[in-house]
Amino acid sequence: MIAALIAVISMAALLQFFVSYCRSIIAASRKLELSEQVREVTGIDKQPVGGEEFGRLLQLVRLCPARGDDRMDIRLVGLYFRLLNLLRGIGRAVSKDLAGWSERERQTCSYFAAVVLDRRIAYSRDLLAQQLSDRG
Amino acid sequence: MLGPFDYALWVLSFLAEAYVVVCAVKRGTFLRYASLNIYMIAAALVSVGEFLVLRQHGFSSREYYFYYYYSDCLLTVLLFFVVRGLYAHVFKEMRADRYLRIGAALLLAATALFSYLVVRENKDHLTGRFVVELGQNLYFVGVVLTYLLWAAVLKLRETRTRLIQLVLALGVYFSGTAATFAIRNMFGNVHFVSVIQPLLGTWLPLAWAYTFTRVSEDARLATARLVAKAAR
Repeated sequence: MIAALIAVISMAALLQFFVSYCRSIIAASRKLELSEQVREVTGIDKQPVGGEEFGRLLQLVRLCPARGDDRMDIRLVGLYFRLLNLLRGIGRAVSKDLAGWSERERQTCSYFAAVVLDRRIAYSRDLLAQQLSDRG
Repeated sequence: MLGPFDYALWVLSFLAEAYVVVCAVKRGTFLRYASLNIYMIAAALVSVGEFLVLRQHGFSSREYYFYYYYSDCLLTVLLFFVVRGLYAHVFKEMRADRYLRIGAALLLAATALFSYLVVRENKDHLTGRFVVELGQNLYFVGVVLTYLLWAAVLKLRETRTRLIQLVLALGVYFSGTAATFAIRNMFGNVHFVSVIQPLLGTWLPLAWAYTFTRVSEDARLATARLVAKAAR
């Protein structure tokens, strides 16, 4: 009985801590503006970026050379996004508030992916410029 | 039997623990997060000991089983000191250090008393089930403490990103581990738990290494309230 209670409470706490942790990682990207270039590449011209764009943006991220310092962020936010999909599905059946909240969170995940893409494009550009200058 | 995946996680945890300590020494922040760094050193030493016991006695041995669970209990007690250190950071400006010291002493005494009572109750049959139960209870105390700390962070509108991420990573670790111990206590060795538990063991050093590398001491989180104010 006590073990069951501990398991349920701990899982609820785990969900809350994990959601807050992911939100703290995403929060830093909210302050950043997307560059014109990334808007052009992705075709994103309005705010907020749709939640359904997340997968496509992540595919574009994977096409760019990795900076090496953002892999853990991407994995965690990807996991968070999957959790949000699940919550959205539950929310549609149970509560409109939950569905609305998870959709807004999905949008912030997409914006995060766009910011990562922006950083990677800038990194690729720097790499290219460096290679060209080395040749010259 | 341990597979390559388990060994990889093991090495990864050890490297992350060593990395956190080396980073802290290099940047001169060892004392600022002293309890956390001491915990990381202890966790790295326990990993080395675990490897030696495993090599000498084997994975299925009683020695390894008890080394694993009892060293884990000791590390959990050390983690309580980390929580106490994080409380001190959060309440720093309120000059509540004296109360925190008293609180920590009381907590340690209560945990020791509780563990002693459990040990006395089970002294004739210090079985595997007992160590799992003790671990489950210790981790659950950790969940409660971290949850209270997180509530204080929210109430005091704490914006230090590093501190927030350290607390949340600890919360994920405590709650995840308490849940796996409770499931193990109820259903025995479930396969999914034996996959999750090593992952959780790697999570804490990795998440802390990430925080100390990526998040500077001065980084601040803009809370929803601040964002709304700025937009007005």
